[in-house]
This record gives sequence, structure tokens and C-alpha cells, in this order.
Amino acid sequence: MRITLNNNLESFIEDTLTINDILERKNFTFKMLVIKLNGALVKKTDYKVTSVQDGDELSVLHLISGG
Amino acid sequence: MTFEQIKNTLKNKIIGIAGAGGLGSNCAAALARVGVGTIIIADHDKVSESNLNRQYFFYDQIGQSKSATIKENLNRINPSVHIIAYDVKLVPDNIIPIFHNCDVLVEAFDLAGEKEMFIETVLLNFPDKPLVVGSGMAGWGMNELIHVRKLDNMYICGDEVSEISPDLPPIAPRVGIVANMQANVVLEILLGGEGKIVK
Repeated sequence: MRITLNNNLESFIEDTLTINDILERKNFTFKMLVIKLNGALVKKTDYKVTSVQDGDELSVLHLISGG
Repeated sequence: MTFEQIKNTLKNKIIGIAGAGGLGSNCAAALARVGVGTIIIADHDKVSESNLNRQYFFYDQIGQSKSATIKENLNRINPSVHIIAYDVKLVPDNIIPIFHNCDVLVEAFDLAGEKEMFIETVLLNFPDKPLVVGSGMAGWGMNELIHVRKLDNMYICGDEVSEISPDLPPIAPRVGIVANMQANVVLEILLGGEGKIVK
């Protein structure tokens, strides 16, 4: 499948992956994250059950202390 | 657009700012100077000496509530701006009533966990409101790393890498750059940029 991850095209061999799978593959190990799938927020508790498919748009925002 | 035209466009707008620390106090000051009509700002802290290395407060205001003090300081800059300042700790239940009628929201917290809570609450309850976030501004120098990244109607300002630590404190120049960058994105949205404006 091909998806858009943070505005860049990304290809995976699999037809579908969960958000957790993608976080692992891309080494997104940050604790404070906000994730949007096709414009809608995905709750943390849903990362392991939400599947991402061809054509999806995934945004991962890593939040950093300071302000 | 002349400054008069800019002020006329901005005078009917409402901006919500979550936090009156380094990001919120400086972002609010910039928006007050250009004449945004209403600024709704919330913070439950008091001004402390350690805040003065970056926040829009003064030495003789140490110990006072940030919400009352920022209102005073903003109205000293521009008395025609309507400031609604809440002395509360923001949580999902009060974020909704406090900010529901804002045109644009600014995330201006210090800690990543609070940033995450605010962004999640906004995305769940106000998915169409433009949201301007600050993330990554500790230390000094490296102007070239600071940027704006747009994800749908969310705008992330900062370097997205430098985390605060005892050896990498948040201090005036970089925090001020990001705060003013947030104010600049707000203006871009309100004055007819790419952002979607929802009343």
C-alpha cells in the first residue's frame, strides 16, 4: 500500500497495517503524540486496532516540552 | 492592505490562547498590538522570577496571577482589545465552554503532556477550528531549524526537536520567535490565508 505520512508518500509491502505497526516501522518511539488519520484524531487506545490502508493520509505529531 | 484595513478586519475576531507563559503571553502581546478584537486567554499560574527570562511580565508583578497580569499588560499595550482572562487550569471539560466561539486557537502550554491534552480536546470537539501549536524551542541559536508545518488545519510552529532540560532551558529569543510565529500564522488565517475560518 501507499499512504501519505506527514505529507510524504510512503510505501509498505503489506496491504494494511495498524497505526502501532507503522509507529514501530518508522521508529516513532515518542511518548507524547497526536495522530490524525484522514483528518480525524485517533485516540491512543485505538492505535493497535486502527488499520491504515492504501491511499490513507496519516499525520503524526510529536509534542515537545517547552513554551 | 493598509494597517487601518487590517485593524478593521481583526476587530471582530476572537482568538483563544491556552496558556499565558512564554508562548501565550508573547503571542497575545503581538495580537494585541495589531488589534485583534477579543483575546480569550487562560492560565492558573502565578508570575515567578524564573518566568521573566521569556514571558511578558515584569519584575514588580512577581507573585500575581498570570491571568489578571496579562490582561493588565495587554490593555496597557492596546486598551481597545477586549481581554477575557480565566484563572483556571485547563482540562477537557472547561476547554470546550471557554474556547467554543473562537475563530482560531493557539496552543501555548509548556509541558508536552498538556499540549497533547489540549490538541486532542480541540480535534475531538472543534475539528474545523484552525489550531496553532508550538513544539520545540528550547536553547538558543539555530534560527534556521524553526519552521511552520501544516497538517490539515493544524499549524505546528517550532523546531520539533529541542526539548527543554536543565542544560537546555527555554529562553526569550527562541520562545519569542515561536510565539510571534504563532501570532503570524493567526494573522495569515484571519486576513485570508490558506486557513479555513470557522466562527
